[in-house]
Amino acid sequence: FYIGVFFLPHLCFTVSLYLTLSLSLGPAVCMTNCPTLIVMVGLPARGKTYISKKLTRYLNWIGVPTKEFNVGQYRRECLKIYKNFEFFRPDNEEGLKIRRQCALSALNDVRQYLCMEGGQVAVFDATNTTRERRDTITRFAEQNGFKVFFVESVCEDPDVIAENIVQVKLGSPDYIDCNTEEAVADFMKRIKCYENSYQPLDEGLDRELSYIKIMDVGRRYLVNRVLDHIQSRIVYYLMNIHITPRSIYLCRHGESDLNVRGRIGGDSGLTSRGKEYAKSLGHFIQEQNIKDLKVWTSQMKRTIQTAEALAVPYEQWKALNEIDAGVCEEMMYEEIQEHFPLEFALRDQDKYRYRYPKGESYEDLVQRLEPVIMELERQENVLVICHQAVMRCLLAYFLDKSAEELPYLKCPLHTVLKLTPVAYGCKVESIFLNVEAVNTHRDKPENVDISRPTEEALLTVPAHQ
Amino acid sequence: SMSSEQNELTQTPLLKIWVPWVHSTLSRRRGSSVPQFTNSPTVIVMVGLPARGKTYISKKLARYLNWIGVNTAVFNLGQYRREAVQTYKNYEFFRPDNEEAMKIRRNCASNALTDIGAYFTKEQGQVAVFDATNTTRERRGLILSFAKEKGYKVFFVESVCDDPDIIEQNIMQVKLSSPDYENCDKEEALEDFLKRIECYKMTYVPLDEEKDRHLSYIKIFNVGSRYLVNRVQDHIQSRIVYYLMNIHVTPRSIYLSRHGESDLNLLGRIGGDSGLSTRGQMYASALAAFVQSQSIRDLKVWTSHMKRTIQTAEALGVPYEQWKALNEIDAGMCEEMTYEEIQDHHPEEFALRDQDKYRYRYPKGESYEDMVHRLEPVIMELERQENVLVICHQAVMRCLLAYFLDKSADELPYLRCPLHTVLKLTPVAYGCKVESIFLNVQAVNTHREKPPNVDINRKTEDALQTVPEHV
Repeated sequence: FYIGVFFLPHLCFTVSLYLTLSLSLGPAVCMTNCPTLIVMVGLPARGKTYISKKLTRYLNWIGVPTKEFNVGQYRRECLKIYKNFEFFRPDNEEGLKIRRQCALSALNDVRQYLCMEGGQVAVFDATNTTRERRDTITRFAEQNGFKVFFVESVCEDPDVIAENIVQVKLGSPDYIDCNTEEAVADFMKRIKCYENSYQPLDEGLDRELSYIKIMDVGRRYLVNRVLDHIQSRIVYYLMNIHITPRSIYLCRHGESDLNVRGRIGGDSGLTSRGKEYAKSLGHFIQEQNIKDLKVWTSQMKRTIQTAEALAVPYEQWKALNEIDAGVCEEMMYEEIQEHFPLEFALRDQDKYRYRYPKGESYEDLVQRLEPVIMELERQENVLVICHQAVMRCLLAYFLDKSAEELPYLKCPLHTVLKLTPVAYGCKVESIFLNVEAVNTHRDKPENVDISRPTEEALLTVPAHQ
Repeated sequence: SMSSEQNELTQTPLLKIWVPWVHSTLSRRRGSSVPQFTNSPTVIVMVGLPARGKTYISKKLARYLNWIGVNTAVFNLGQYRREAVQTYKNYEFFRPDNEEAMKIRRNCASNALTDIGAYFTKEQGQVAVFDATNTTRERRGLILSFAKEKGYKVFFVESVCDDPDIIEQNIMQVKLSSPDYENCDKEEALEDFLKRIECYKMTYVPLDEEKDRHLSYIKIFNVGSRYLVNRVQDHIQSRIVYYLMNIHVTPRSIYLSRHGESDLNLLGRIGGDSGLSTRGQMYASALAAFVQSQSIRDLKVWTSHMKRTIQTAEALGVPYEQWKALNEIDAGMCEEMTYEEIQDHHPEEFALRDQDKYRYRYPKGESYEDMVHRLEPVIMELERQENVLVICHQAVMRCLLAYFLDKSADELPYLRCPLHTVLKLTPVAYGCKVESIFLNVQAVNTHREKPPNVDINRKTEDALQTVPEHV
């Protein structure tokens, strides 16, 4: 027997017996794949929600089911209308009661998610600024057999805080009927309410806890007692992200010879239209006037030919190579249907997990692209010239698309996607560079049954020579 | 405007990298699977009192960086001092008021820095680890000036430890056997070394959160329970931090083995996804008995996604985890061929492989160099884990072994990893002890030595000279 399916083949969750001390319900035994509760800590406008959402997106993308629980949202549902900062005054009994209720309600949903819905990681996004609140959470985690990892964001730079407020607080439902000045003034008073009772994680008192303290938007980190693989990955990720404004440009190689013939994979060169696209891409890049642009390609001829036309230095990554279609390399869909109808149907049944015989799956691709994503997080302005399946994986990471949606994302030839981080997400601009190309997007057909007739299998195959 | 020729590419025969026909200064020809992120050379500066693990970290870090393809060398100041002062008398040499000794020590530091400069400019070094106490602000200032003048990046690694047990453990493990204490008995050596540490303590100024806030560094507390990381500048520093945060010193062993003999092994065919032969099955049972007999605490078992390693693991009757990253090297167009067939159909490829087996990439396949990059997450997780048995494949095992035993890229593809033999690796002092255990089930030999003639025009007999026997 073996521990069959892991959420990601490369992530190993250790089988360990984790006996915890608990005060009331008795010890919970944490066995296989012990869920993790990430607890955010910090004053308002310190980037907790930004980090929560980004971390959740990353973990889901690498195959770790993760969900964030924002206590502010629970409060908004409970309270319906936010009047002003007075709700957060430490002497507001009624307010405190409601806020405590919301926190417990959120923890309840956390338990539901981790114990009953197959969740692996829950991110508890709230200020959690008092030791008392954190102890409550720790006890809750112990009772349920969850590991706890704190992520504290500490920042005293008034410019960063002001920028934060402008970017994400003013647009909050709380301030829907306020003008900018009113909203900022109120929010500053709100922060004040928390300041007096704020007990940051302490090197001495909290030395038994597992945590990372992020100081000054990533200039400095204090990391304490990383317990396992997932915590180590989380720390590595958090230490690589930044908030410096920049854009990431994603595009495919120019149209290739195999593209026009409707064949997948291979290592062919550009058609004349493909070469034209490469030239247009060169002009486009020039016009955009991008500061210190890095250009990355795969190690396949068609992306390199495209980059060559830009007349700028570029870096080749083997990890950006197109999905390996194994025995189906260089075949047309019609040929795959003819020679491997079963495989063709299985692929339509689960395009994300399906692995070509002697080839790869989208799931494998994500794993191989993880170092690329990590480096993209470190970098600033980058143009990635890659391939259809690869681009879908990268795009899914930036736009938080599920494993189901990912293999069907539209990434047409000769179109650049410009991604710019904004607020909690990513703005996408799609720029078609006005050079015609064949369509290579095959939608999921209606009939995915293994015994389907050929016409139904080939229904959605795009036209080709 | 671009001439049409500029779009013409050619694929380099050995590395299988596409490069332009016309020599272009604008494109970088990369010989590896990942871009090289080290542009300015980096000096890693160790900081800490004696017996804080600086040399241990230096050597381990250098081993890791070299394995992933970043040329790294360690410059240990103690060695410079031993060369300058042939005989070590006692701790008095290290007294802060010993003028003569101070002069010698300053000279040694200077020489080491000069050698670091030479390593970068003349030997294509990318990272130099300056392994010394570097416990005063003055000494660190000297290094910073040197680096600034030359345009090198500096990253400090400080090890802070106040646990007397750990320190004594350290001293017992590595100091007592140092050339400095060759003629002393254990008690004398221990006593002298502790006095040596006291000498440094008097002038030790740790990296300061406030005063050193502009420096890039990691401070490691008590062998890794806590880290302070400040101003990571670039990719390589980020990787170094990640690595340092994943290593530990808890005693454990790593067991490396290949799958049991497979059907394709018997036929002398490479790659593929065949099952175990009868003898292979026997090996799997023998492996199970061996593992039991070793009574290993909390053993984790890892396999690849290929049938032969999984079949082997199944016989153990314990849970195991499958890693696609542990799959055998992809021989592309040569998959499932015999060496004779490769020589027959692709004689040039066969010769190129013999010319540079580490970097050679099979057509539509991989190189050993590609494999090292794909195995890096496996190594990282092996560092995190304790007792692990890895059931893998010949080329994969060579890559992993090269990491643990610090073998060069030239040696790696020729390391001996025979079937039916378990290698037990146990970290000890600054390196790794290896025990080789043959489990007494015969198997075919799959090791092909480098032939003397690697010329692309060589005769077939010359090419096939070292091919091991098969059915």
